Amino acid sequence: MQIQIKRSNELISYEIPFESSTLLKALYHIKNSEDNSLTFSSSCRSGVCGTCAVRVNGKEVLACSYSIQEGDLVEPLAYHEVQRDLKVNKQKVRETLRTATAWLQTPQEALINEQQVQLTAKQTDCILCDSCYSSCPVLEVNPNFIGPFALTRAYRYTADPREGNIQAIVDNIQSNGIWDCTLCGNCTEACPQGIDPKMDITMLRGTASQFGYTDPNFQAMDFGFGGF
Amino acid sequence: MLDILIIGSGGAGLSAALSAKQQGSTVLVVGKSYPTASQTSMAQGGMNAALGNVTPDSIQAHINDTIKSAHGLCNEEMVKQMCEDAPFSIEWLEKLGVPFDRTSESKVAQRQLGGASSKRACYAQDYTGLKILHTLYDNCLKENIEMLEEHLLLNLIVEEKVVLGATFLDIVTGEVKEIKANATIIATGGYGALYKNFTTNSEGATGDGIAAVLRAGGTISNMEFVQFHPTALKSSSTLISESARGEGGYLVNTKGERFIDELLPRDVVARAIFEQINSGEEVFLDIRHLGEEKLLHLMPQEVHLCRLHEGVDPITELIPIKPVAHYTMGGIDVNENLEVTGLKNCYAVGECSNAKIHGANRLGGNSLLEIISLGRLAGNNAVGCDCHHTEIENTQLQQDQEYIDGLFEEYPYEKNFYDIQNQLGVDFYTKAGIVRDNTQLNNFLNELRVIKADLEDMGIGDKNRENNTNLVDFLEFQNLLEVGEVLLDAALVRDESRGAHYKTAFPKEEDKFFKADALYWIEENVLQNRLVKVVN
Ligand SMILES: Cc1cc2nc3c(=O)[nH]c(=O)nc-3n(C[C@H](O)[C@H](O)[C@H](O)COP(=O)(O)OP(=O)(O)OC[C@H]3O[C@@H](n4cnc5c(N)ncnc54)[C@H](O)[C@@H]3O)c2cc1C
Ligand code: SF4
Ligand code: SF4
Repeated sequence: MQIQIKRSNELISYEIPFESSTLLKALYHIKNSEDNSLTFSSSCRSGVCGTCAVRVNGKEVLACSYSIQEGDLVEPLAYHEVQRDLKVNKQKVRETLRTATAWLQTPQEALINEQQVQLTAKQTDCILCDSCYSSCPVLEVNPNFIGPFALTRAYRYTADPREGNIQAIVDNIQSNGIWDCTLCGNCTEACPQGIDPKMDITMLRGTASQFGYTDPNFQAMDFGFGGF
Repeated sequence: MLDILIIGSGGAGLSAALSAKQQGSTVLVVGKSYPTASQTSMAQGGMNAALGNVTPDSIQAHINDTIKSAHGLCNEEMVKQMCEDAPFSIEWLEKLGVPFDRTSESKVAQRQLGGASSKRACYAQDYTGLKILHTLYDNCLKENIEMLEEHLLLNLIVEEKVVLGATFLDIVTGEVKEIKANATIIATGGYGALYKNFTTNSEGATGDGIAAVLRAGGTISNMEFVQFHPTALKSSSTLISESARGEGGYLVNTKGERFIDELLPRDVVARAIFEQINSGEEVFLDIRHLGEEKLLHLMPQEVHLCRLHEGVDPITELIPIKPVAHYTMGGIDVNENLEVTGLKNCYAVGECSNAKIHGANRLGGNSLLEIISLGRLAGNNAVGCDCHHTEIENTQLQQDQEYIDGLFEEYPYEKNFYDIQNQLGVDFYTKAGIVRDNTQLNNFLNELRVIKADLEDMGIGDKNRENNTNLVDFLEFQNLLEVGEVLLDAALVRDESRGAHYKTAFPKEEDKFFKADALYWIEENVLQNRLVKVVN
């Protein structure tokens, strides 16, 4: 089977001598026996460490959980600094979690029932693979956009009964945050964990309006029409 | 001067960081990967604490189960301390925001794991480790704890047995750096990757911290104890959880015969499977009779994994399986304060350490407890250390720099270490795995020493300094050889069967000689060992 890998702006073809294989296994085959310098990231091999996300034919996948097909084109994640071949710098993207202050702001005692746990069970399945970030078109025009996973995580804490100060989180995701999303749904499609950041962002907008925030895009429009 | 350097950013490292920071110390957490990529993310089953939320339980019962599983090789005081702290550890995690599942009375839900006399494991769906690790990470961000990713520990910096910090390879830039601190905590995880292609562990479980301690003159212990999980997928070693058997799955051989009661303890089932495989049989897990509806409802994840990795559909086909290495009990030898034996101002915690909790066999759910409970303890204990840094010029950085530079100069090399590493995985599995034999161990140990001596003929093909994962793989491979040598020697010495260590020729526990910890250290360039009797 043949696959192509994008390495510093060059497409290189490799012959993979397996009938079927995960992408990760194929990458290891190349590194171990053909070219030691092929560079990629991986760790757990079982889809929970979030390390091995790449793009295949333009779609984000976890290399450990994807079966290669004849002719596949493998590229690094988008909107990340490519360090080498398929390895990207995730540090800057991680900073979005700090910007979103995605944690319990003022923890309070709370009796939590299973229904409440289930409410954000999906969101807390996030493995920080950055696939959603790579799929988000807003990053193309606004590199400072907080992005889907950090907003999902912010939502997860606002929905936690232990959070005593929801507003603090809501305040921190206003600029470059919830209102910048176009609700295109790419992130939802890209997520290997079945998380729906688009929905979480919609929920956060609802919460934000309870605290008096409105969609700045509409405000801008109002002004454009003379401030009715 | 940095107060505390924490090496390793899994559950143990992050817990230590949070507690030390809370005491007002300055902390820096350094890891070779991103924190959330640590092996802690893989834990599914749960974390033990005798809360008795679902079935009656007591701390004493938790202590008793742990001691029983340890087969005489634990420090009962340490076990007691950890089990007593377990309910508080859960409460601590709860406060940080871990989304544990709940009972109908809104208490933390608990499930049964093997070897426990009650439903004791607190869980967050099948992602207990993931959710604990990510919540710890979120809290480290909140507390503004400084974290350095992609820095690979090379060596500890030691002057007269006092640890002054460590040297690292910055994987991204290729620079060799030193980081000094008043106290150093090692939390680098286990050495399951020795059993490459025959382990559930992550690729990074290469025993780096353990090897570094050994090189620095510290002591490691009980390296021969490795726990095997009976059911992993044959080609990928992906874990198929115990629930498949719990729900009524069968184990069958090529002839279609069942050969063992599937619900016996892990080590017994693993041994039975291994014997079948050794006698030329293939072994399969058969869950077809459970029916499609039940399978898709109860274990969708497993069904998906079988299709992906084995190309079989478990609804209509048999699942090829093998038992694989799952947890490493041995590690850096520490005292009750988690200080590393033979070194000062240096602590070790988590799977990299041997805190005399798990002894000869770990109880499921006790390792997550260990990393949280003892992780916090390590952080607290390291507070206030002062290593009285001397101005003596230390040459560690220079030595490590020279070694790495050398790897970039030498070319070509004759032997491909990846091939050797793959073969080592097979050899560890078949010769130092579930059932052991002295002749095999001895021959293998000799072979491994030859490989060590041949290291000069191996090297890196990738000569680019930046983001060189070939270099990282090679350094990890060397660590594996060092800890592997000790594992083999210790397995050879221990002429008995105890917990996870089983020798056909010595099928019983021999307390007279071997109710003892096997200590290893290097003195004047020679590996030394001693058995130290365990008295409780
Ligand atoms: C599939 C699976 C399922 C499991 N299920 C359970 C369960 O249900 N319950 C339970 O209690 N236990 C379970 N365990 C065991 C448990 O997950 C581990 O023992 C525990 O998480 C280890 O945590 P740790 O912090 O000590 O190490 P790890 O989480 O392995 O972290 C080690 C850290 O050290 C870093 N590191 C390593 N080497 C270096 C170096 N050279 N330089 C710098 N950094 C380095 C790594 O990057 C990582 O950040 C399971 C394990 C596996 C593999
Ligand atoms: S829905 Fe929003 S966050 Fe998700 S990809 Fe589209 S624009 Fe980005
Ligand atoms: S939300 Fe999904 S795609 Fe995004 S980082 Fe988390 S797991 Fe990955």
